Amino acid sequence: MFIKEYISDVFKAVSSLLKGMKTTGSYFVRPKEIITQQYPDNRAHMKLPERFRGEVVMIHDENNEHACTGCTACELACPNATIKIITKFDTTPEGKKKKALDTFVYHLELCTMCNLCVEACPTSAIKMAQTFEHSVYDRNRLLKKLNQPGSKLRAGVE
Amino acid sequence: MYRETQILNSNTIAPTTARDLAMDEAGAGLVINVGPQHPATHGVLHLVITLEGETIKKIEPHLGYIHRSIEKMCESLSYRQFIYVTSRMDYLSAHINNHGCVLCVEKGLQLEIPPRAQVIRVLMDELTRIASHELWWGAMAMDLGAFTPFFYAFRERETINDIMEETCGTRLTMNYMVPGGVMYDIHPNFQRRVKDFIQLFNSKIDEYDDLVTGNIIFQNRTKGIGVLSREDAISFGCTGPVGRASGVACDIRKLYPYEVYDKVNFDEIIETAGDSYARYLVRIKELRQSVRIIEQLIDNIPEGDFQAKTKAVLKLPKGEFYSRVETARGELGVYIVSEGGTTPYRIKFRSPGFSNLSALDHMSRGCKIGDLMAIMGTLDLVIPDIDR
Repeated sequence: MFIKEYISDVFKAVSSLLKGMKTTGSYFVRPKEIITQQYPDNRAHMKLPERFRGEVVMIHDENNEHACTGCTACELACPNATIKIITKFDTTPEGKKKKALDTFVYHLELCTMCNLCVEACPTSAIKMAQTFEHSVYDRNRLLKKLNQPGSKLRAGVE
Repeated sequence: MYRETQILNSNTIAPTTARDLAMDEAGAGLVINVGPQHPATHGVLHLVITLEGETIKKIEPHLGYIHRSIEKMCESLSYRQFIYVTSRMDYLSAHINNHGCVLCVEKGLQLEIPPRAQVIRVLMDELTRIASHELWWGAMAMDLGAFTPFFYAFRERETINDIMEETCGTRLTMNYMVPGGVMYDIHPNFQRRVKDFIQLFNSKIDEYDDLVTGNIIFQNRTKGIGVLSREDAISFGCTGPVGRASGVACDIRKLYPYEVYDKVNFDEIIETAGDSYARYLVRIKELRQSVRIIEQLIDNIPEGDFQAKTKAVLKLPKGEFYSRVETARGELGVYIVSEGGTTPYRIKFRSPGFSNLSALDHMSRGCKIGDLMAIMGTLDLVIPDIDR
């Protein structure tokens, strides 16, 4: 009786192993199901979805104008002090002083891509870009100024 | 004998390290350290193990290697901001952690969540659960010496990550849930891609069964190993698949249904053996139940808003609020004490991993050192969840 059980156990064991090997072997003859991507060789045709959060950028139009009023809503919404807004006072044609954006400082090294700043922005001035290769040799290069030099507030944005 | 004389000679020097302390208690036993950098602990967990021959006499887990004081950090963040930090606790079920937090905040604000947001949240939760169990399945099989399952599991998990990337914007730490609903509406491709995935995945679970569940080597290494009785599971506070494998009905989705869990049909998987194999079976069967929930909801996402109207600055009334959700590892409790301000006065997270780890010593006493990997694999520990 013992020997009978022993032999049946051995057969069961071998059959269970063969069953697993069948699954593995079936992929050997179906190479089309291999999903490995050859990064960075596929850079040219690699597409990230439009919602992908790579880094915060400021939207500039063709006239080098942005929509940031310097209201600091994004600075307040940011959980890790990634954003620092430096404002200045512009003089309007009527001679009044008006608060405007001077520098939009963005610390990429502190950013966790939580998207709260983009959600908080009342004028949709910033968005998330689809870049992801952020490696640099010097960490100071991760400190970014988002508004382009010479850019100004788009007319009509309050 | 040598040890005794050594202790006698050095009794004036107080034992300093954890290993020294354990050695003095162990007497004749051999004390070894597993971790903090050990590939099978999946994170920085330090186990001081006392052995007698190959048999485990005692295990003492030492925590704190990845403690980031998340609870304290949350006290200085507003009710919108603190949610993103909780993704970093149990990073494999980030959605469900966020879900627990927003539920607690909504309880305080007494917000009514639009039905569309509720369904989207549940769908995301279940997709996360599948992704988490997949990673566990691959990593656990790899701990036990099978290498191929890891690639198979990651292949399917990648599909879920792509779906998440398309709808939420990120792959692991999504921060998609906000108080009042979800951050933005689902992507137009979402329903089609989830349906494609479900169709593919149903056939793949059978493949998993063929590859690992029936495998004789795997069964011999897990059956009867690390037995946790029902009483012990309750007294150690084990929840999730660990508790359910010991026969404790502890699924929060059934006991205290949140969102639309009371409207969908699914079974609470309960095994009674309490060993590593039972814990394995519970998770594999839960995969099918998650698929069942998604199948019921994916075609029935109601139209409407995906976010309720909330104030710009959230203020919880003075008081204490508690919410609980079922993560892939067990019950996550979020406890907020509010003083009426914009930031919480105190936050406490009851994480499932911590309670499940506390049973490790009890389960593995008397087992062989080689069985420890099977026990730890089926506990499905995520160390940042334990330390927080």
